[in-house]
Amino acid sequence: MIPELGHFALIIALAFAICLSIVPLVGIISNHQKLITYAKPLTFGMFSFTAISIIILAYSFVTDDFSVKYVASHSNTHLPYYFKMSAIWGGHEGSLLLWVFSLTIWTAAVAKFSKDIEDVFIARVLAVLGMIVVGFIAFTILTSNPFDRLWPNVPMEGRDLNPLLQDVLFLIHPPILYMGYVGFAVAFAFAVAALMCGKLDAAWARWARPWTVAAWVFLTVGIALGSWWAYYELGWGGWWFWDPVENASFMPWLIGTALIHSLAVTEKRGAFRNWTVLLAIFAFSLSLLGTFIVRSGIITSVHSFAADPSRGMFILYLLAITVGGSLTLFAFRASNVASFSRFALYSRETAILICNIILVIACITVLLGTLYPLLVDAMGLGKMSVGPPYFNAVFVPIMSLLFIVMGIGPLIRWKKAKKGELRKQLSSPSVMSIFIGLAFPFVYGGEFNAWVTMGITLACWVQLVVLKELFNQTKLNNGRRSFARLTLSQWGMTIAHSGIAMTIVGITLVSIYETETNVKMIAGESVTVAGFDIRFDGVKQVQGPNYSADQGQITLSKNGDFISLLQPERRTYLVQTMGMTEAAMDAGLFRDVYIALGDPLSGNAWAIRVHFKPFVRWIWFGAMLMALGGVCAVMDKRYRRKKEKVIPTKASLSTEKCNDDVILQSSMTESMAQSVGKQS
Amino acid sequence: MNKVIRFLPLVLFVALGIVLFRGLSLDPTSLPSALIGKPFPEFSLAVVNDAQRTVTKADLKSGIKLVNVWGTWCPSCRVEHSFLLELSKSKRFSLYGLNYDDERGLAQQWLARLGDPYEFSAFDEQGKLSMNLGVYAAPETFVVDDLGIIRKRFAGPIDARVWRREFEPLIIQIEKERKQRSN
Repeated sequence: MIPELGHFALIIALAFAICLSIVPLVGIISNHQKLITYAKPLTFGMFSFTAISIIILAYSFVTDDFSVKYVASHSNTHLPYYFKMSAIWGGHEGSLLLWVFSLTIWTAAVAKFSKDIEDVFIARVLAVLGMIVVGFIAFTILTSNPFDRLWPNVPMEGRDLNPLLQDVLFLIHPPILYMGYVGFAVAFAFAVAALMCGKLDAAWARWARPWTVAAWVFLTVGIALGSWWAYYELGWGGWWFWDPVENASFMPWLIGTALIHSLAVTEKRGAFRNWTVLLAIFAFSLSLLGTFIVRSGIITSVHSFAADPSRGMFILYLLAITVGGSLTLFAFRASNVASFSRFALYSRETAILICNIILVIACITVLLGTLYPLLVDAMGLGKMSVGPPYFNAVFVPIMSLLFIVMGIGPLIRWKKAKKGELRKQLSSPSVMSIFIGLAFPFVYGGEFNAWVTMGITLACWVQLVVLKELFNQTKLNNGRRSFARLTLSQWGMTIAHSGIAMTIVGITLVSIYETETNVKMIAGESVTVAGFDIRFDGVKQVQGPNYSADQGQITLSKNGDFISLLQPERRTYLVQTMGMTEAAMDAGLFRDVYIALGDPLSGNAWAIRVHFKPFVRWIWFGAMLMALGGVCAVMDKRYRRKKEKVIPTKASLSTEKCNDDVILQSSMTESMAQSVGKQS
Repeated sequence: MNKVIRFLPLVLFVALGIVLFRGLSLDPTSLPSALIGKPFPEFSLAVVNDAQRTVTKADLKSGIKLVNVWGTWCPSCRVEHSFLLELSKSKRFSLYGLNYDDERGLAQQWLARLGDPYEFSAFDEQGKLSMNLGVYAAPETFVVDDLGIIRKRFAGPIDARVWRREFEPLIIQIEKERKQRSN
């Protein structure tokens, strides 16, 4: 009975979504104010019933209701309760419900926190989001209902969750990743709403910005968590595999990164209007494409869901309607107004435009690499696969170029750089970064390495420039400096760019200096790897809740000082009879020692694999910094300023050096003046 | 001109959509092989663990044989490796490796480190046998029956689920045929 309530709640949510996608639009066309005001309550209804539905699915998992097919195939009575929670999104059906739930959370959030935005506009946004929800709830109910029953042959025991997914991180990784993925739907809806009403001015960009950055923050954290999970759970010590599923989340991230910068330009300078709209459409389209790739089984991947062409067909329809529809709308409605804000070749606009283009090219190369096997197959040229060598060969040069331009961006002025200023500002950071880049490999590795020099130089370049800009911004008119003057968005940009620098350092150093040593050890034996003494004290048998394991006892020490006891495991999961390697690691800011237990060899010996991973944590710390920077930008209070306060005061206009807010205000007045002009 | 350019994203998307649509009707894991129903090709290759030892088709044991194409460069091979170790314990068939497009040193390390599930692994650096088998990518697994006939080709990593769905029925089928022949 209870699972049927979940199913029923989902159907009611669908009904709400259908109403939401029709009623407000009818209200706008027929000019019925009343109908427009229904948008928000309908949104909350849709959200509540989706929430009820997913809570009921959770209930079915916790109570081990194996009459529900989805529960029976992804859970087991021996599974600890917290893994039962994560089993909700352990398979296709449940994760799709999570997808829908994330989308309704975003929709409800837009309805709740958009008091400053015109009701008509927000009604359009909510209606567009409603349409997407209709598509995906219909998809869930028609092809992938998680509440399907197994009458009358109810199994006594479930098939258990895939052991790879039995990990605490899996509790938070999918929800966060989905929030990011799906969050771009909000930017998409704002863009489509702006196209619908034909007002592609700075206003929609200003409204869409905090939402887009918020989605980007989730996506950044989600990808980083995924990479971290792969690092410690798969037991190979790798952190990125260019797997189609990883690419599926990375492509929207690349476009999303371009989008948040492009939105800034559209908001502040009124430029790039069509480009920004297009990016907003593409960011979400790529999220949908990712969903398609993961769930249709058209590409083999280590972690794709069970393939089912009928599901693939349905998502393809959704993709065609959403993307095809919005691009058609774009083709007819794109802004005809030439940008009123002109900018010189040496200006921040140009720097951001170049970075944007590079990001788009990077995304296209990933897309090509991901779809190439399919493309070749579809043209009947046989089958083939594209591996990490392609991606590394193509991606490293593109990204290096990006980082060079990205370094210039924060320091250069909007509109037009002053003559000679750029050279003056950039000379010391560039000299310093090249110096540090050249010196680093000698100091750290003892010998020159061109890749390390390149990576460290780029990281320093990105970091130094953004710090310099922050420092420039602290300057007051009277020549003194004050950090209190800085806005949260300025902090946000600095922190996020520092995160990029940190990630570059991590990726460069771990790729070049990591070592992997395979040793055969008998209990009591010691080896020395990268200066660490590793003593193997044999293997203990341990029992987990649903697995049994051989647990290696390994003591890590350096120069006689004990560092830690590492206990890597080889688990055998009882239900799925699947073997799993559980690596153990001693983590540090500057290095990880990562140990995996291999096979038992003859004569009581064990194969043991020791990885030394310098600076590997910097990759994820960097991502966390990027996310933190995004959070700062979202929290900036100018997004919460009331409409009437936008009119610039004399005092702020008289500030000599253009501060972001002033530009924002002046561009707002410009756009207001323009819209007034249009009306008259 | 500007107006025409605005349709470009749409046109590109439609083209992509057609490819995706076409992709749906193709199954990336089932590779139709011209070799199915034909005898396993002749070969003469050195083994991974010993450059001096040459193996030929005659070195394959009687009974059901699985030939698994792998390489150290292939992450999916690593995924299926632990399952292959499980499979190698079975007496119902013998498991052979075909190391494809790889370096001998790396391949030896791999087997030493992760365990060696294979009766032997042929080292096919130049892709001689792999070419004959029409291998596109690793991992791929071929099922060869008692009579030396290729019965199945599977692309992608094998795990317990895939095994139950794709291989188990075929193994049972071949065993049944064997019984019928002896009767």
